[in-house]
Amino acid sequence: MTGQGRYAAWIVGLAALVALPFVYRDPYHLHILVLILIWSFAYTSWSMMGRFGLVSLGHGGFMGIGAYVTALLWNHVGLSPWIGIPISMVTAGVLALIVGYPCFRFRITGHYFVLVTLALSGIVLQVITATRDWTGGSLGYTPNRAATNRWLALQFDDKTTWYLIALGTWLFGIVVWHWVDRSMSRYALEAISEDEDAAAAAGVDVTAEKLKITLISALMTALAGAIYCQYQMFITPDTVSGISVSLQMVFAAIVGGLYVSLGPTIGAIITILLAETLRIGFGTKAVGWDNLVYGLLLVLFIIFLPKGILGSVLDRLKPQRKVSPSS
Amino acid sequence: MQGFLDIFDIYLLEAVINGILLGGVLALLALGLNLIFGVIDVTWICYAELVMIGMYAMYFLVQYYGISYFIAAPLTILLVAALGGLLHFLVIAPLLTAPPINQLLATGGVLFVLQSFATVAFGIDFRNLGIRLPVLAFGEMNFSYARLLSFLAALVGMVAVYLFMTRTFTGIAIRAISQDRQIMALMGVDTKKLYIITSALGGALAGLAACLLVLQYDVHPFVGLSFGPITFLICVLGGLGNFIGGFVAAFVFAEIISLGGLFSDLEWGYVLAFGFFILMMFIRPAGLFARRS
Repeated sequence: MTGQGRYAAWIVGLAALVALPFVYRDPYHLHILVLILIWSFAYTSWSMMGRFGLVSLGHGGFMGIGAYVTALLWNHVGLSPWIGIPISMVTAGVLALIVGYPCFRFRITGHYFVLVTLALSGIVLQVITATRDWTGGSLGYTPNRAATNRWLALQFDDKTTWYLIALGTWLFGIVVWHWVDRSMSRYALEAISEDEDAAAAAGVDVTAEKLKITLISALMTALAGAIYCQYQMFITPDTVSGISVSLQMVFAAIVGGLYVSLGPTIGAIITILLAETLRIGFGTKAVGWDNLVYGLLLVLFIIFLPKGILGSVLDRLKPQRKVSPSS
Repeated sequence: MQGFLDIFDIYLLEAVINGILLGGVLALLALGLNLIFGVIDVTWICYAELVMIGMYAMYFLVQYYGISYFIAAPLTILLVAALGGLLHFLVIAPLLTAPPINQLLATGGVLFVLQSFATVAFGIDFRNLGIRLPVLAFGEMNFSYARLLSFLAALVGMVAVYLFMTRTFTGIAIRAISQDRQIMALMGVDTKKLYIITSALGGALAGLAACLLVLQYDVHPFVGLSFGPITFLICVLGGLGNFIGGFVAAFVFAEIISLGGLFSDLEWGYVLAFGFFILMMFIRPAGLFARRS
């Protein structure tokens, strides 16, 4: 596909996506689409780091902070989500820097990095559960309904508005992905993921580059959490934070394909459609089956298709395309 | 004021001793994980889920088939050991040359599989053995008999592993492999066989932990999440693959959780432990007893 053809395809696709809710109004299907878009954004945020070998299991923590800080500020301080969301993102970003800086400075990589970030999402989950007087603990938490100004409270009842918000957020994620993909940092980070010492010797500021991408990824993940909370109007520690949410992100990104921009989106479509189909087809009997299939797929994918579905398909379509060194 | 202090000290002592007892089981869990990591260089994220399966096995053997606890325990240990070997054969062996992150994530997939298998097969009800061991009163302090038993059994298990690793030919071969993986194959050692044996041994330790934990906790499909993460943190704090480090770190963690829980909710004990872990990672990134290279 030529560069122009690619742009044309993107524009036509986007126009179709924007027009969709005005033509097709089935609330259930729109609900599924909104969920897919929000989670796609979260998975894309994770893959920003994941594609450079920075496998983090702490993103459940960032997402939880995004959701809970926004909701808590609204309920207890009365601060509009328009201010609350940036605050929650900054909180997640500061936490990412506090944990990230020493990690990168002291060369904590591989298994160790995974396990330190695992501790991070563990901490966030436990803090939310422990401060149950404010956060409702594991019973979950609901932002108060706005009495008057809906725009100020970022609460809408119609699915179309939410669809457009989610679409915009998702598009923002894809744009950031491409922006990183074209920047010098991408080459620096790929060099780092190959060999840190060699990259440092070649003049790459390893700590700064890693911190940058971590910060971007954490800010976006917190935004995803906040949007999810505003849309669902109900959050529990287990649905927005903790280790299982982190693993869910890893799983979807890997199934879809880590190294292509739409990979995490494909991952979100597959996982959410799978869960919904099983839920509708089998009802309450389906409890557990979706995760059973996820888990099996994850294992099979890592063994047989480590580039994910989209990544492998694109490679198959374009055998002459130069494969990036990290994949 | 004096009376208050006296009562306080009793509670403090009780918390300290309970921490030591908890540390025994955590040390056992950490030992299994360290063994796998030290020899095969793989982190089993699903380690705690193997323990969960073992706990279900105990539950069904004892409650459903009416087998005595002491006969059910070896059966469970054998079952989980077989599972460990199978896990290596099916998932890890094809990935041995893949990047370490892929191995870790593949076992993350196994975590999902085991958890949801338990949900599908056994439901999400909390189940317990129905064995209630008496509480041991010592002075004014109360200790659960189950914890004491677990502590002792964990110690016995660890000594057994130590003797196996130092006194038998297979054990020495396993330790040699953990020092240099390439050379051992050149020396004519069947590394594949040793990897399977090590995985089964790690599984057996998970099985032993399951037999002990089932005395104290109810079984449900997500029970692994309540002590899985803490086990990884212990191993990392002690230095992955470092047996002694893991042993000491288990007791440090158990004390933090126990004492933190004394002053506030149990969750804050965990928060403190996790926070301590992150702090320690920055002070000693390669573990408590890292050798300077």
